[in-house]
Amino acid sequence: MIPKSIGASTSETGVAELRRLIARHKMWDWLFGLLGTLALLFATLVFAALFGQMLINGGPHLSWDFFTSFPSRRAASAGILSAWVGTVLVMLVTALVAVPLGIGAGIYLEEYARKNLLTDIIEINVTNLAGVPSIIYGLLALGLFVYQFGLGQSIAAAGLTLALLILPVVIVATREAIRTIPQNIREGAYACGSSKWQVVSHHIIPYSLPGIMTGVIIGLARAIGETAPIITIGALTFIAFLPPSPFSSPDHLLSFEWLLAPFTVMPIQMFNWISRPEEAFQANAAAAGLVLLVMTLSMNALAIWIRYHFRKKIKW
Amino acid sequence: MSSILPLKHPPETLAATPAALRQGWSSAKLRRRLAEHAIETLLLLAAMVSVFTTAAIVAILVWESVVFFRSVPLLDFLTDTQWTPLFDDAHFGILALLSGTLTTTIVALMVAVPLGTILAIYLSEFAPFRVREVAKPFLELLGGIPTIVYGYFALLFVTPVLQRIHPELPGFNMLSAGLVMGIMIIPYVSSLSEDAMRAVPMHMREASYAMGATRLQTALFVVTPAALSGLASSYILGISRAVGETMVVAIAAGMQPNFSFDPSEPAATITAYIVQVALGDLPHGSIGYQTIFAAGLTLLLITLVFNIIGHFLRKRFREAY
Repeated sequence: MIPKSIGASTSETGVAELRRLIARHKMWDWLFGLLGTLALLFATLVFAALFGQMLINGGPHLSWDFFTSFPSRRAASAGILSAWVGTVLVMLVTALVAVPLGIGAGIYLEEYARKNLLTDIIEINVTNLAGVPSIIYGLLALGLFVYQFGLGQSIAAAGLTLALLILPVVIVATREAIRTIPQNIREGAYACGSSKWQVVSHHIIPYSLPGIMTGVIIGLARAIGETAPIITIGALTFIAFLPPSPFSSPDHLLSFEWLLAPFTVMPIQMFNWISRPEEAFQANAAAAGLVLLVMTLSMNALAIWIRYHFRKKIKW
Repeated sequence: MSSILPLKHPPETLAATPAALRQGWSSAKLRRRLAEHAIETLLLLAAMVSVFTTAAIVAILVWESVVFFRSVPLLDFLTDTQWTPLFDDAHFGILALLSGTLTTTIVALMVAVPLGTILAIYLSEFAPFRVREVAKPFLELLGGIPTIVYGYFALLFVTPVLQRIHPELPGFNMLSAGLVMGIMIIPYVSSLSEDAMRAVPMHMREASYAMGATRLQTALFVVTPAALSGLASSYILGISRAVGETMVVAIAAGMQPNFSFDPSEPAATITAYIVQVALGDLPHGSIGYQTIFAAGLTLLLITLVFNIIGHFLRKRFREAY
């Protein structure tokens, strides 16, 4: 590659050849930069096509009625009332289970765990569970929650399934957030006579909260869109009623009947409409997809915003 | 001794009932130690949930599969090329489902590996700071789109576009499912690859630049080889993701088991079969019900192998520097 005449660099041809060589390599640089930009552009175009097609097909269908009607045999009057109520209730169960368990596990692994076999086993399990396909969680739930525990195809079964599914996300986010807290914070607290739990509850948890929140939101956004595990537990797809209200019991106490009620969620409703042959239902699917997309994207955007915002603010 | 320091308890009380106070202190200490212990146990239990989950997954899949393999010989399961468990003439050849999984995965990798790698190299070595600050969250957002939305996109956008180029293409085909799955995996591959490349120490790049290498030469001949095991682990984890992906293939590739490696044909993957059975109304305990656990066990074993390989590759690249 290097021209022979480089030794005699004073010669006109040597310099010219060297310049050509440099120019050629600079061109390769430039071409790769272009390739990278094109790849980014491709990703943007795909997203634009995905969003645009849904907007065109489903946009006109979005109306107040769409949110307040039950699914129906007639595509024009079908809505997502039972689906979004189901999604909210399932997410409630998921969050109530996954958040304390995930944060607790993360704190244990970072602050309490000794270096021993048990800790290694837990860590391997968390890493491994993050890679297990979601449909396997569905099979677990089908065998364990639906039949062994007798929960049936209920909101509780679905919520527990999704909680197990997003547990690794919450655990990993908690651990990463805790790891950024400098050691001298802990030492300072211990020096003032704090016990371990006082250090954790007064310092570690508050300081790692933005990171934990990011993980929880990303996990819940993932859970909202999960379809496969919920289909696998055999959740019905045509639900034209709402679960019993928690405030409906006669003695004015909260009722938990809704936990065991049959349900549908947004992605299941969308899948149901996609698999119909009639084109009118596909417009419904697009509209439901649009709602789902806005829900998950805004949650993800919120998580990203929290992370960037607090990363800038925190200076140890 | 403590006369200089302000005391919480007046000294005369201390002198009056030293024994009782010491007892009070020690009982408070004991209470606190007990509480600390209880909290640690609770946190340990929370951490153990992941172990219980793994154990439960393995137990349930193996339990139901053992019952299944009592009526279907393992050899038939592994060598038969037909999968018709719900017909009168029942065949249980997992190959018919594996072929669909393999074909869609290969198509997906042909999209995700080149594009993911180019994006990773570009974002880590070339892109200006501003571009990276926008592109990274954007790719993260793409990774957060629900798979059912990608399935809709494959069936109702990508397939019609492909049919315009190639009119004989059936409405359900592995090509469109695989392509969309590939797009779905790009953010995953690119972000893991980029992390690996960013972990390469800056002095290696500086040495390369000092020798007169260009940006591209440095990226391709210095940074990429140094991050190779990290890149490989991102591909492997991408494979594991593609193998386990469900909704895109269930929607866009059809649900008919088909022993074929031709991407233009419809076929079912392992995951799509599980969905198909779950949509039907199979009685608990029937052979059809058990097939999904045998299929699930196969799927778990495949992804486990890839996850383990990926894990070790990632560990290696972390230890390198």
